[in-house]
Amino acid sequence: MTDARSHAVRAVHISVDEVELAAELAGDEGRTATPDIAEYALWLGDDALILAQQLGAWIAHAPELEEDVALANIALDLLGHARSLLRYAGTADGRSEDDLAYFRDEPDFRSAWLFEQPNGDFAHTIGRQLAASTYLSVLYERLQHSGDPVLAAVAGKAVKEVAYHRDHAVQWTLRLAGGTDESRRRMITAIDDIWPYVDELFRDEPLIDRLGDAVVRPSTLRAPFDAAVAPVLAEAELEVPTRFTASGGGRRGEHFPTLGYLLAEMQVLARAHPGATW
Amino acid sequence: MVMRAVLPTRAEALEAVLGPAPVVVPADGTDLERARAAASTVCDPELPVLSIADLGVLRDVRIDEDVVTVVVTPTYSGCPMMQVIERDIARAVRAAGFADVHVRTELSPAWTTDWISAEGRRRLEEFGIAPPTGTRPLGPIQGGLHVRCPHCRSLNTREISHYGSTACKALYACRSCGEPFDFFKDH
Repeated sequence: MTDARSHAVRAVHISVDEVELAAELAGDEGRTATPDIAEYALWLGDDALILAQQLGAWIAHAPELEEDVALANIALDLLGHARSLLRYAGTADGRSEDDLAYFRDEPDFRSAWLFEQPNGDFAHTIGRQLAASTYLSVLYERLQHSGDPVLAAVAGKAVKEVAYHRDHAVQWTLRLAGGTDESRRRMITAIDDIWPYVDELFRDEPLIDRLGDAVVRPSTLRAPFDAAVAPVLAEAELEVPTRFTASGGGRRGEHFPTLGYLLAEMQVLARAHPGATW
Repeated sequence: MVMRAVLPTRAEALEAVLGPAPVVVPADGTDLERARAAASTVCDPELPVLSIADLGVLRDVRIDEDVVTVVVTPTYSGCPMMQVIERDIARAVRAAGFADVHVRTELSPAWTTDWISAEGRRRLEEFGIAPPTGTRPLGPIQGGLHVRCPHCRSLNTREISHYGSTACKALYACRSCGEPFDFFKDH
């Protein structure tokens, strides 16, 4: 008892603000993001943050224990990317990663609609993972050569991690599509439901013109994305859906209706107890 | 009134099981050698057999006008143990007699399992975690190397899940002895 008490009393207090994240992102040797670079970092950071939050909801609900662990690990990687990117975005106007994650309202988020698609059933989550991880793989592959050293460093680390995420999504796509009639039916429905939101990822907003070679032009990622997805869908004997294209608008702050609910859950604690640490 | 016990943090729970992390204060050598040796004693709390030097997380130690700067790099972007590691480094280096300690995290160049030392690999296997098999191609033959069971040394093993108890590990099982084990995956 004495031992347990002494451990409990000697609190290990770690607040996010005390922890120095990558030195590339702040400090004397760090860089301050220009407003345009910060906006681009928000695009990527919000995509990662929203997807991480969604995947976290699977913990204790996935079809098997290994999947609880896998989806949680993928979410953790994405949260790491989000923290680096939001931290960098915040250097433009003195906001912290927590300010950006917890104290922005829906129209101030910049995530694309693909990442905001609800978890649905497990096949929907896998369909979304297939599209998201393939997109992130081709994006970070190019972004690691960015003229902006911070974006290059974050991408150079992330590219190795999203390759694992993609491997996971590909294996499950094949397994579900080639499994039972029911799993195949669900995988087909999921791809049908998810694919309309893919187009938005490859639109060049005016911001991209201003940033030049510091970033990757989204439209140039379409061909490598399609080339990476085609053999997976072919092996799974799935059609590339061409039903319709969703309007999108996440980069302008116009979001899929589910984002508000997600943010409410993600932000409620931080807003109820501003400044609290653990 | 129900009294609820204060739950220990993960680091405290680990300390309760493993005992406090030893702070070895090297007695001699130059200031830089002593600072480096102190920083090198820190372990990843989730891999308590492996020092951050053996893990390849410790990248550099410098002293500039009495300020010790320790440079580390995370294994995975979201590794939650980096915060504990940074705290432990500052504590270890201060205990070695340096008042001003600054821990910097750098993302680039990105960490790879190739940076795990030979001693680190040996200790991992001894601890029951199969060490990474290497990310570099070893010759014209493509394909992954067999992962050796750390318990019975059989190469007849299979992957149960690509993702394991931490971001850096996958879950394997041995077909020979039947035991499950962690594999420190190539990265």
